[in-house]
Amino acid sequence: MEFKDYYAALGVERTATHEEIKRAYRKLARKYHPDVSKEPNAEAKFKEVAEAHEALIDPERRAAYDDIAKRQASGQAFEPPPGWDSGFEYSGRGGDGMAGGGDADFSDFFESLFGRGRGERSGREGMRRAGASAGPVQGGDHHAKVSIELRDSYQGARRTMSLRMPVIDAQGHVTLQERQLEVTIPKGVREGQHLRLTGQGDAGRGGGTAGDLYLEIQFLPQPLYRLDGRDVSFDLPVSPWEAALGATVTAPTPEGPVQLGVPAGSSQGRKLRLKGKGLPGFPPGDLYAVITIAVPVAASEPQSAAYQALAQTFAGYDPRASLKV
Amino acid sequence: MAELNRPPLQGIVVEEHLVFTFTALCRASGADAAQLQAMVGEGLIEPNETIGTIGAGPDDWQFSGDALPRARTALRLARDFELGLSGAVLVMDLLAEIERLRSLLQSSSRSR
Repeated sequence: MEFKDYYAALGVERTATHEEIKRAYRKLARKYHPDVSKEPNAEAKFKEVAEAHEALIDPERRAAYDDIAKRQASGQAFEPPPGWDSGFEYSGRGGDGMAGGGDADFSDFFESLFGRGRGERSGREGMRRAGASAGPVQGGDHHAKVSIELRDSYQGARRTMSLRMPVIDAQGHVTLQERQLEVTIPKGVREGQHLRLTGQGDAGRGGGTAGDLYLEIQFLPQPLYRLDGRDVSFDLPVSPWEAALGATVTAPTPEGPVQLGVPAGSSQGRKLRLKGKGLPGFPPGDLYAVITIAVPVAASEPQSAAYQALAQTFAGYDPRASLKV
Repeated sequence: MAELNRPPLQGIVVEEHLVFTFTALCRASGADAAQLQAMVGEGLIEPNETIGTIGAGPDDWQFSGDALPRARTALRLARDFELGLSGAVLVMDLLAEIERLRSLLQSSSRSR
């Protein structure tokens, strides 16, 4: 198991005060929180930062972590013996008021030291409590993310995913078990939408029904297409003469290349609409090819001559007429 | 791997086909009843009260599917930045506005 340097993750000294840790966390959270950040890998970075904060902000956890870190520094490989942490009493913030958002999925390292983090942790404790009480208890709902390609939304797809979920055995012990699920990605699903898989959350107890699993759809980054609801657009570069005279060009679409007519006299930014070729739905979106005019550099004598001939032929043309200078 | 021999699971698109009751939204979002009521108070999520009931309370409320991601984002922001709910809602409003301006900027810079 990989040892995590939580002080490095927050960029603080090992001697940092509680306030310094808090300040470092806040600063990094503003930078990397996936809800507010445009930084690449914001989510992964925030996860590290949040995990480090969670470990160091609680004095009991911090003491336990420092102890492990000391042993790590003396060259011993990190391998916590089972139950090593039993000497520490985690009074903790298990019932953290806002824990509900709980997509905190901390590293194995964190979990081996402190159990599950934040929402998951309190969820787990909730399960233990629920296990002790009589009567049917409904299983908890779970949230996860699934990444798909744009074309998966066009065509529909299947995704196999592994999820780790807490499971309670007959003795009331909670363990994490890996489950594999094969999921149908419905046609026309959009970025940020959620799928509900009924009954795929935690198992119910005492005859209670199982919870549900919610999957958030993320599109894998791709350079070509921009999305606006169900409408999809992309830039279509054309040469000046194709724009002026009209042409039939081969254009990409998420469903494969098509022949597209560029009307004569097209200007920069003109949108060619392919009706109904956006994301599927009722009604389906449209696909827009946005014309950009690519101007070739005159790299030879004849090419310069061609531009000069053009200039002479269009002697009266003022591209800056609208500027009124 | 026995699970893989089953037909793949069919999901429902929450934002398009799902309506939550108050309790179901609590459970799915992880919010407690007081938090969810506060979100309604902030106007972050809006219940469509069941037709014909005037002054209906939480038990009569129904929420469209997009209340789920909104509630979860608010909880996440509140937790991770130690904000009050109204602060989290303000952040969400500003983020939405930034997103709108960004896409406006993108489309106007491209059409030049």
